Amino acid sequence: MGSEYSRPDPEALLRQIQEQEAHEARGRLKIFLGYAPRVGKSQRMFDEGRRRKKRGQDVVAGAIQSRGSEELDALIREFEVIPMVNDVVDVPAILQRAPQVCLLDELARDNPAGSRNAHRWEDVEEIRSHGINVVGALNLQHIREQQDTVEQITGKRAGSSVPQRFIESADEIVIVDVPTEDLKGAKLTLLNPVQLSELRELALLLAAQVVEHQLQLYMDSHGIMQSWGTQERILVCITGQSLARTMLESGARAAARFHGQLLAVTVKSGEMPRAAEEALAENLEYARRLGAEVHVLQGSDAMDEIIRFAREQRITQVFVGHTGQSSWKFWKQNPVDRLIQAAEGMDVRVFPPAPAIVPKVA
Amino acid sequence: MTRGKLKVFLGYAAGVGKTYQMLCEAQERRRQGQDVVIGYFEPHGRADTIAQTEGLEFVPRQVFEHRGARFEEMDTDAVIARHPQVVVVDEFAHTNVPGAERPKRWQDVQVILDAGVDVLTSLNIQHIDSLNDQVWHVTGIRVRETVPDWVLQEAAEVVMVDVTPRALIHRLERGVVYSREKAAKALENFFTESNLAALRELAMRQTAHQIEEKREEEHFISDRLPEPVRGLQSNLAEKILIWLTPDPSTGMLIRRGRRVADYLNSSCTAVFVSHDAAMSELSAEQKAEVEKQLNFCHNLRIQPELIESRDAAKAVTEYARAHGITQIFVTRHAPEVQKLVQLARDMQVTIVAERVRHAQ
Repeated sequence: MGSEYSRPDPEALLRQIQEQEAHEARGRLKIFLGYAPRVGKSQRMFDEGRRRKKRGQDVVAGAIQSRGSEELDALIREFEVIPMVNDVVDVPAILQRAPQVCLLDELARDNPAGSRNAHRWEDVEEIRSHGINVVGALNLQHIREQQDTVEQITGKRAGSSVPQRFIESADEIVIVDVPTEDLKGAKLTLLNPVQLSELRELALLLAAQVVEHQLQLYMDSHGIMQSWGTQERILVCITGQSLARTMLESGARAAARFHGQLLAVTVKSGEMPRAAEEALAENLEYARRLGAEVHVLQGSDAMDEIIRFAREQRITQVFVGHTGQSSWKFWKQNPVDRLIQAAEGMDVRVFPPAPAIVPKVA
Repeated sequence: MTRGKLKVFLGYAAGVGKTYQMLCEAQERRRQGQDVVIGYFEPHGRADTIAQTEGLEFVPRQVFEHRGARFEEMDTDAVIARHPQVVVVDEFAHTNVPGAERPKRWQDVQVILDAGVDVLTSLNIQHIDSLNDQVWHVTGIRVRETVPDWVLQEAAEVVMVDVTPRALIHRLERGVVYSREKAAKALENFFTESNLAALRELAMRQTAHQIEEKREEEHFISDRLPEPVRGLQSNLAEKILIWLTPDPSTGMLIRRGRRVADYLNSSCTAVFVSHDAAMSELSAEQKAEVEKQLNFCHNLRIQPELIESRDAAKAVTEYARAHGITQIFVTRHAPEVQKLVQLARDMQVTIVAERVRHAQ
């Protein structure tokens, strides 16, 4: 699932604010993201350019791609075009012309060897560094970190790509969403409906992740600490008990279905018996195999640590094992009840005790 | 007769351009030769949007008098009598004026679909029932007009209409969406950049979820789960049971249970336990609350069962055991949560807490 965004320390926060200030002097980047060719992302980009022109902004087109669509070509003719040189964006000419806004299509193009920048996305960065805003268009299959998944879906891999951090660094990202039916009907694509549907879902989830990332940065830099509960974040509390495997499997499945994050946590307090230590290590290894982010905490009161950690991590669901009488000592006084009391804003899912200590129920 | 197809243009706030995009599609279909009419359209004084209705036939609205005021609603019967191929119905979550045949516009739409007419409609994410608590949590606004999730799940297509929060805020500031006075208020309360970002993310995730469900349903293929998780599926079929109590947080519990069940492809049922059929142990107020919950369950297509017993936690546990339930959902304010957790040790118990908003 996605990359990790941990809560920054004060130093990181300061760096972030400085970066943000540098960022504000730069031109803004807005990207139209499509899930497949022909969804209409270029159309949307040029529409945006037209609206900005209408509002009095100075807009030029720096990279255009004719697709033989009458409608699109007519739209492009409305703009002052700074022609590309050998299929490379003419960065010096754009900098000299110094418009407010530059439209650049096909952001993932590679430039030929010996060019000023190796990739078009680097041209974008250079143009932005001179305070010029860029509006661009890009397809999902060109985002490097998504290419493995796209290849699993379509069996094809695009030759050129941009790193995902380039997308995440954009000020704005717009998802161009079109029902797969519309593409199929127009016979515009070689992909089948299942493939298109999977690409469409992937693009939406990627966009959601970028939005969440930006929202988190915003909240961190404004000192807002809150679980927004938009993305499900599932925390599985692990001990050496065998039931941990069942809990982890449920957690992994729920995280996959919700497209959320899976975390696993255990709390150590001093020395553990060797057998327990080994069982725990095995469970943590299994957690990693299921894609969980594993955290080992230290503390004398396990439940206090878990509650604190869950709040800090904006957890929405906590999975915890039922504490049979025998293990209550470890948890202090009725810890599950304490967790339930403290779990403001999260669900607590209590799992049955490990089979060995199942009490006889009538 | 085949049922009409429903297509939903989903947005995350007023002004993102749902109605505009819906009308573009209506025009496109008309160009392709389909018989398209407008059943209901709310212009909000937006010139661009109004221009998109040009050349489309309007079915006259039905006029109602209510408390001395005049209200206009879609004339569902007239739409059906006209029997076009496609009808445009704006504002899917709208509540009809008292006296209209059906309380909700989405119910009118069901009738139109049953008559074999395709419907294009517009909806904002905050009106989806199961997201009600999350939307409140994010924005602090409790949305009253909601549409049950199953209605959306039955839609043939859901399209997300996206603009960035910044662009939307610009539109508001320029007075495109509301009058300037109303816009200023909206910007202060609801349309903050962080609110909008969170709602937008919800809309993206919801649309993605919808696409996935549709794909599984139409092509009988299961989700592309990550490798280690894929093999685990078969032995984990879930059955969720919601324990209803007179506590006011139960509405939130029902929504949460329904949502989790939908995501996990699990069945979802509910029980309410009382001493006797007359619920004699409850106050009139509590009875009304329970009545409301039972109705709410029906709306969300959850079948609630009534059990008579003086030991509620025990009765719920036994019911769950007898019905092969894997997970009991209960609000943490239910009177006997601890007892339930102790008794139902052979299954999972999920204690649901309300999402609390902290002052920002």
